[in-house]
Amino acid sequence: MSRLLLSAFVLALLIPVTSEAHKVWLRPSQTVLSGAEPWVTVDAAVSNDLFYFNHFPLRLDGLVITAPDGSSVEAENQSVGKYRSVFDLALKQRGTYRIAVVNHGVFASWEENGERRRWRGNAQSIANEVPAGAKNLSVTESLGRVETFVTNGAPSTESIQPTGKGVELVPLTHPNDLYAGEESKFQFLVNGKPAANMQIELLRGETRYRNSQDALTITTDSKGEFSVRWPEPGMYWLETSTEDSQTEIPQAQSRRLSYAATLEVLPQ
Amino acid sequence: MKKLIVIALLCLGIGRATVGLAQDDATNMEVGVEIPRLNVSEYHRPYVAVWIQDGNRKVVANLAVWYQMKDSSEGAGTKWLPDLRQWWRRSGRSLDLPVDGVSSATRPAGKHKLSLASDDQRLTKLKPGNYELIVEAAREVGGRELVEIPFTWPTDKSVTHKSKGESELGEVTLTLSP
Repeated sequence: MSRLLLSAFVLALLIPVTSEAHKVWLRPSQTVLSGAEPWVTVDAAVSNDLFYFNHFPLRLDGLVITAPDGSSVEAENQSVGKYRSVFDLALKQRGTYRIAVVNHGVFASWEENGERRRWRGNAQSIANEVPAGAKNLSVTESLGRVETFVTNGAPSTESIQPTGKGVELVPLTHPNDLYAGEESKFQFLVNGKPAANMQIELLRGETRYRNSQDALTITTDSKGEFSVRWPEPGMYWLETSTEDSQTEIPQAQSRRLSYAATLEVLPQ
Repeated sequence: MKKLIVIALLCLGIGRATVGLAQDDATNMEVGVEIPRLNVSEYHRPYVAVWIQDGNRKVVANLAVWYQMKDSSEGAGTKWLPDLRQWWRRSGRSLDLPVDGVSSATRPAGKHKLSLASDDQRLTKLKPGNYELIVEAAREVGGRELVEIPFTWPTDKSVTHKSKGESELGEVTLTLSP
């Protein structure tokens, strides 16, 4: 019982840490393209300010690009710099590409010789690096998806079918068909099921050129759906997260699920 | 007799003038800055700069800059000082930080006071004239706001000017007293 209480306490300590996480994002050079083989280049970073790389690059280990026909394609010219990562993508097919960085990780904390130890890694390394019988061990699994969409020619939907894992966005309005002043509809799924009452934060980029964040806060309805009327054109960052206990890593007690997307809204 | 009275009056006049001057030199300044309590999911104490500028927006005195002075993985918090963008442009970027008596740590929500005695060098250097007190605040993952209070220097009677921010700053006061 005291252990349960303690892990609940540790978790409570963790929540403010994770809620103060920096923003994780991908930023494509453009989202609407045309031609035989147009290229996009994508920046990937972690920062407070959108979309400025001034904190950490986003590692590209979990980069997954799905082509319009549903196949996986590789990014070219991948590079991790001081403040951002970069990669290029040739859009050889016509239709919509889903560009995502999916991270499946573990966070553990425990006591050793009276000191608090913290560790971050993945499912493969936890058995070797975290002592199994550690005192007051708390293990949290995390599944995060950061993504964006780009389209060559007419928008298509084969590549944006949900995988059924973690938090996913179902674009009822196509994500490359967003225009200022229009209303767009989306749905959130958690593990493939509609997720009601998800708190969503929506922020427009170029935060450096204004005095306030101007964040929009939206909640999904009973069907997991929500709609947005875009106040102005720009690159928007959409974020939400939740928790469950459907862990895949045996040592983990809970699982944190997060989602962030970059959506471009064009002027009329 | 008449002549004597005139001389006496003259003396009085001069006496008054010198007393007046002495008072002018001895104006104290007190600045009140309120940092509002905000109900946000992620709160960081704001960076705040307080300065006096003249009619040409030239900084004539830096009163305070509150920022994270402790070292972190990204160095001391000087990295984010340009977010105080007016202060940075007008003054910050040409300073060698930290500045003694100006730089200090960030403050929590609440009312804070800066008191400058009349013999403070920054005040003794102020020529009589019209100035503005500027308070600028910028908060990580928050907003940025600037509050201005115009005032005339020096003063021969106590006077309190007040202004109020709308988002990142609460009440800002400037009290001048002989």
